[in-house]
Amino acid sequence: MCFEAKRLLKLALGPVLMLISVAALAAGGGVNEVNMPPGVTEVGARIYDLHMLILGICTVIGLGVFGVMFYSIIYHRKSKGAVASHFHESTKVEIAWTVVPFLILIGMAVPATSTLLEIYDHDDSELDILVTGYQWKWKYEYINADGDNVSFFSNLRTPQTEIHNTQPKGEHYLLEVDEPMVIPVNTKVRFLITGNDVIHSWWVPELAVKRDAIPGFINETWTRAETVGVYRGQCAELCGKDHGFMPIVVNVVSKEEYRQWMDEKQVEAAAIKELMAQTFTLDQLMERGEAVYARACLACHGANGEGGVGKAIAGSAIATGDVGVHLDVGINGVPGTAMQAFGGQLNDVDMAAVITYQRNAFGNNMGEMVQPIDVYNHKKG
Amino acid sequence: MGDHHHGPAKGLSRWLFTTNHKDIGTMYLWFSFAMFILGGAFAMIIRAELFQPGLQLVEPAFFNQMTTMHGLVMVFGAIMPSFVGLANWLIPMMIGAPDMALPRMNNWSFWILPPTFLLLASTLFMEGGAPAAGWTFYAPLSTTYAAPSVTYFIFCVHVLGLSSIMGSINIIATVMNMRAPGMTYMKMPLFVWTWLITAFLLVAVMPVLAGAVTMMLMDVHFGTSFFSAAGGGDPVLFQHVFWFFGHPEVYIIILPAFGVVSQIIPAFSRKPLFGYDSMVYATASIAFLSFIVWAHHMFTVGMPVAGELFFMYATMLIAVPTGVKVFNWVTTMWRGSLSFETPMLFSIGFLVLFTIGGFTGLMLSIAPADFQYHDSYFVVAHFHYVMVAGAVFSMSAAVYFWLPKWCGRMYNETMGKTHFWISFIGFNLAFFPQHFVGLAGMPRRIPDYALQFADFNMMSSIGAFIYGLSQILFLYNVIATIVAGKRVSEPKVWDGAEGLEWTIPTPAPYHTFEVPPAVK
Repeated sequence: MCFEAKRLLKLALGPVLMLISVAALAAGGGVNEVNMPPGVTEVGARIYDLHMLILGICTVIGLGVFGVMFYSIIYHRKSKGAVASHFHESTKVEIAWTVVPFLILIGMAVPATSTLLEIYDHDDSELDILVTGYQWKWKYEYINADGDNVSFFSNLRTPQTEIHNTQPKGEHYLLEVDEPMVIPVNTKVRFLITGNDVIHSWWVPELAVKRDAIPGFINETWTRAETVGVYRGQCAELCGKDHGFMPIVVNVVSKEEYRQWMDEKQVEAAAIKELMAQTFTLDQLMERGEAVYARACLACHGANGEGGVGKAIAGSAIATGDVGVHLDVGINGVPGTAMQAFGGQLNDVDMAAVITYQRNAFGNNMGEMVQPIDVYNHKKG
Repeated sequence: MGDHHHGPAKGLSRWLFTTNHKDIGTMYLWFSFAMFILGGAFAMIIRAELFQPGLQLVEPAFFNQMTTMHGLVMVFGAIMPSFVGLANWLIPMMIGAPDMALPRMNNWSFWILPPTFLLLASTLFMEGGAPAAGWTFYAPLSTTYAAPSVTYFIFCVHVLGLSSIMGSINIIATVMNMRAPGMTYMKMPLFVWTWLITAFLLVAVMPVLAGAVTMMLMDVHFGTSFFSAAGGGDPVLFQHVFWFFGHPEVYIIILPAFGVVSQIIPAFSRKPLFGYDSMVYATASIAFLSFIVWAHHMFTVGMPVAGELFFMYATMLIAVPTGVKVFNWVTTMWRGSLSFETPMLFSIGFLVLFTIGGFTGLMLSIAPADFQYHDSYFVVAHFHYVMVAGAVFSMSAAVYFWLPKWCGRMYNETMGKTHFWISFIGFNLAFFPQHFVGLAGMPRRIPDYALQFADFNMMSSIGAFIYGLSQILFLYNVIATIVAGKRVSEPKVWDGAEGLEWTIPTPAPYHTFEVPPAVK
């Protein structure tokens, strides 16, 4: 018996050690989640319950199967003088272990089906948001609700210095954006999801939403968050170089705060409209342009315009050549390449600023300016 | 007939021109091991970069090339050829045939592999780098947005498909026509059965993959729009075609592994395999189901709800025949007379870890829950439990089991067991924590991650390094055995082993069963 006890102890030791280390990590750091979040939606809670149910069933069956196996391993070993039996078939047993699992599967399929049907019920949404995946950022357009047409891009805010380890990493490293999506609490929000270039996937675990963003097609899904808070996610479909650097942040706020935010966005949009009619100095354009460059161009063209996925801007024929051609590339992109059409992504002020910046930074020193009105005229043709 | 008993030719020409199933099997096995080391080296780069948050060693673009090449090399270069090598060595010896049915084609199907992988590996040095759209290479990332090397990649896939199809036709022809008198289908060893079914899967799906990459070629070079909505095509079409190949491909990899453990577990239990007939039927059921479940890889693409339900139910059904297999293996061990030599350890390791991979597979089949699991590290953990602990563990078991028969020398048992335990611990340390980070929200195929995933990723990397290093021990043990292992000469190397391959002399002579054996 002593021998068996020792062996059992050894066998048990592995999993126990693993559990202890997991527990220690969870308690120590407080940041190591080991399970799916139930999230803040009813659907999320139902998915979580389903997940725990199947995990539970699998664990019980697994313990049974492995229990029998380890019993054999311990008691039916040759070194203990075990003599092999010779039974090798039983139709009854085979039928039993075909039918019983089948019945268990039916038991799993019932709740799975009802949850799936609920996920697919897109009707009666109170707010629609068009989500478009770009390499490598998200665009959010609020498209219904009484003319509240707001649209903006949401870019990674983590600086390159943190990514390249020259500066300590912040709390929300890689999960922070310059402008989060804002939605009201207890409201059925429908997401219309599409892609601009390649396939992306919009995933926020705590809202229990993941749907692919496919260029040329629009997918529907929805959420109804029941708790105010900030929820973070990431692109879930490999979409090229910076797939790991296009996070999603959703602020769920009270309905009043949402109204207030929406009003502010309207004022902001009006202000941009006013700016478009103004003329700027070179310094103003350069300052604004540098910020726009960091947001929209840097990932592909490099911090010093040296190029990367995209061509070099420092000393390039486009940035030091005809302004019209430069504007055309910026506004319409280059079809068939990774150079996107930024005409719809940047407003005319930002476009004017970034073109001016590219023509005067990185030693290009063209000394000329592009004003918002030039961009406007170029777009009109 | 007089010169039938000649030995192998001398020098390099033996290997270049050989039509001998044992020589070709040996070349397949060594080639696949070389690819296993290459694909493993890519994995080490991946895990080294993921050791800590932040970018330390490689840039994101190169990281994507590594994940892509790791998958391609492991699936097409390591696992598939290794089982073809095993089939070459064993199928003729198991069914009492003198060689494969089509020996010259056999030579050709091997020798087109090395240049193909050389070409594939050379894309790493091309402008724009190697393919970087993942081993599943979804369009349009793999077409409009791909580096120029994609054309070479397409050519490689075509040639690999050619090799697989030729190998499969050979196996089908051999099993159907060259069985010894009295070796009826329902007397064939299970390894032969699983390979016969696998060969049919390969012949059915490799042309589909060829179709997918041909459409890519057209999109890239000839202005078609199969996978571009702007021209009237559909990016999701690519995924349907790919997974119509890709899901059976998973069973192409795992069915021969089932065959291997179905030979080894009875041998070391000293008891016949329990439920032979049901094992054959279960294998055939799994193969059939593998054709109608492909879109469970695509639950998030926005299929209509009826499609989701169909693919969910069909996928759940696979648990039934898979369960039957696991129950049969466990019952084979029950009241046997067990001993735990290295092949048995790897088989038990397979049984435990593959079952865990099967459970997570069942969890993934639940469509609503898959909305959370999909494309997360949970999936990475799942398929490594199936691919590594399934296919690679069974392959290690097979090498230890049949190596003494092949070379007439016994491997070092202590070293073999050490290899098993280090692999087992390393593997679990590498992949078990990936379940946790996946559930907690870490997407797959990212070169850098948020801070809450840091501890488990470090654990995972350490485990991966341990697992990787253990393979060097494996290589050393195999070479040491071939060069200087203790000689064995009895035909039946293992006292519990059954089958025709254990009736011929040890080491297996260059030509076997020139006169068909009588099978009762």
